Amino acid sequence: MNCEECHEREASLHFTKIINGEKTEFHICEHCAKEKGEFLPGSNSFSIHQLLSGLLHGDGHVPNTPSSNFIPPSLSCEKCGMSYYQFAKIGRFGCDNCYKAFESKLNPIFKRVHGGNTLHAGKIPLRAGSSIQEKKQLQQLKQALQQYILNEEFERAAETRDVIREIEHRLQQGRDT
Amino acid sequence: MSLERFISDAISPWMKREGPESDIVLSSRVRLARNIHQYVFPIAADKESAHEVISTISTCISEESEEAENLEMLMMEELKPVEKRVLVEKHLISPNLAEQAKYGAVLMNADESVSIMVNEEDHIRIQCLAPGFQLEEVLHRANEIDDRIEKNVDYAFDEKRGYLTSCPTNVGTGLRASVMMHLPALVLSKKMSRIIPAINQLGLAVRGIYGEGTEAQGNIFQISNQMTLGKSEEDIMEDLAGVVMQVIQQERAARKQLQDGLKLQLEDKLFRSLGTLENCRIIQSKEAAKCLSDVRLGIDLEILPGISKTILNELMILTQPGFLQQYAGEVLTPEERDIRRATLIRERIKLENR
Repeated sequence: MNCEECHEREASLHFTKIINGEKTEFHICEHCAKEKGEFLPGSNSFSIHQLLSGLLHGDGHVPNTPSSNFIPPSLSCEKCGMSYYQFAKIGRFGCDNCYKAFESKLNPIFKRVHGGNTLHAGKIPLRAGSSIQEKKQLQQLKQALQQYILNEEFERAAETRDVIREIEHRLQQGRDT
Repeated sequence: MSLERFISDAISPWMKREGPESDIVLSSRVRLARNIHQYVFPIAADKESAHEVISTISTCISEESEEAENLEMLMMEELKPVEKRVLVEKHLISPNLAEQAKYGAVLMNADESVSIMVNEEDHIRIQCLAPGFQLEEVLHRANEIDDRIEKNVDYAFDEKRGYLTSCPTNVGTGLRASVMMHLPALVLSKKMSRIIPAINQLGLAVRGIYGEGTEAQGNIFQISNQMTLGKSEEDIMEDLAGVVMQVIQQERAARKQLQDGLKLQLEDKLFRSLGTLENCRIIQSKEAAKCLSDVRLGIDLEILPGISKTILNELMILTQPGFLQQYAGEVLTPEERDIRRATLIRERIKLENR
């Protein structure tokens, strides 16, 4: 049997955890066991990050079964160098770019942690926010423009079109500087 | 140092004020997690970048803040273990910052109602505290500080995911709001065990602040939001405040029931606890917490008149190991602590009777 952590070495340590009557087993090699020191019996520090890392590994520890959410070992963040494996192990991102690097894996995690939500709905920082708010405004204006055209309110449509152009121009400049 | 002086130094000035619903809600707290875009998060940072983060934050706060002269910066590396422990016991820094963070620092204002942790799990953790039930006020205050810092730094922010944090459980608003509540009647009438799962189902967490595991020493519970993504700050606060109001009403009803139905038994219990505190020579933290909770209930129900309300909050903090050792000026064994704790409590109650 191979180690469930590195999938390379022979598993030499076999754990059985029973939590609330639910039995889970995992098998790891000595090397990985040392790295995961916290999982060894005798140590009772159990943090949110260890719980999280359980989530990040996907449903249960099922080794040797090729699954659809296979993670290439090369998946890592170019800004801080953290690999997805490391992230899954410690349950924390190394930098803001990790969110981009691991983007394809994140929605299921956020859904579990945040009651099904994946999108921010709160405060927007004033500085970064001006362009985001303008983008939202732009979308609304474009919808309004369509409506005006449908209703044949051409004067209003023209006004709206001018406002849209102005915002688009500003956003373009913002990107250039 | 005299006891009066020690207590007045030990208790954060904001705690001495009285807030709304303070017979049940001891304090309200808001924490915002923020990171600076240009630096990697503290877990991945080297010494150099961690120090840059500290200096960036301290400069932009002193440039933007009217309270700048009040904000004092403490570097974790320069503090003794007992000093850090005291800050943890005052809830001004997290145990994580005290023990784990390599290049941690904290900025605090004079009345200790604002503390900004630097290089904890995230670059910036803004914490605001207020006595009683004042969630809106503390959020407002935290937002002001957040806006001031943001004038000078680019936050790690994503249109889709919101404020980006090191732990996926904080992403989005980065907001953790919590309320500390004293719920002796709900515990006594065994209603707490039914209320906790109900609150959990609403996406809020309930835990004891003191004591290990599920036990809540001193009948003090903390209720906080769990989700930070997908809801606005206002909605998060509204949901929490709604539940807290419910719990306040339940606790008041349970207190009334006790007073109506078991008045004598209740008086007996509360007076005995006061007697224990007045006369003990050796007392463990668990028993002290139980008696302090009883005495506080007695004060709120006007069964034990003439004792100041703040005694529970004060002594719950003062009888923690860090404070006891600071008062003693030396490291104490658990047995020595139990003796010191008893002495301190007796002397504190004597101050009331003068």
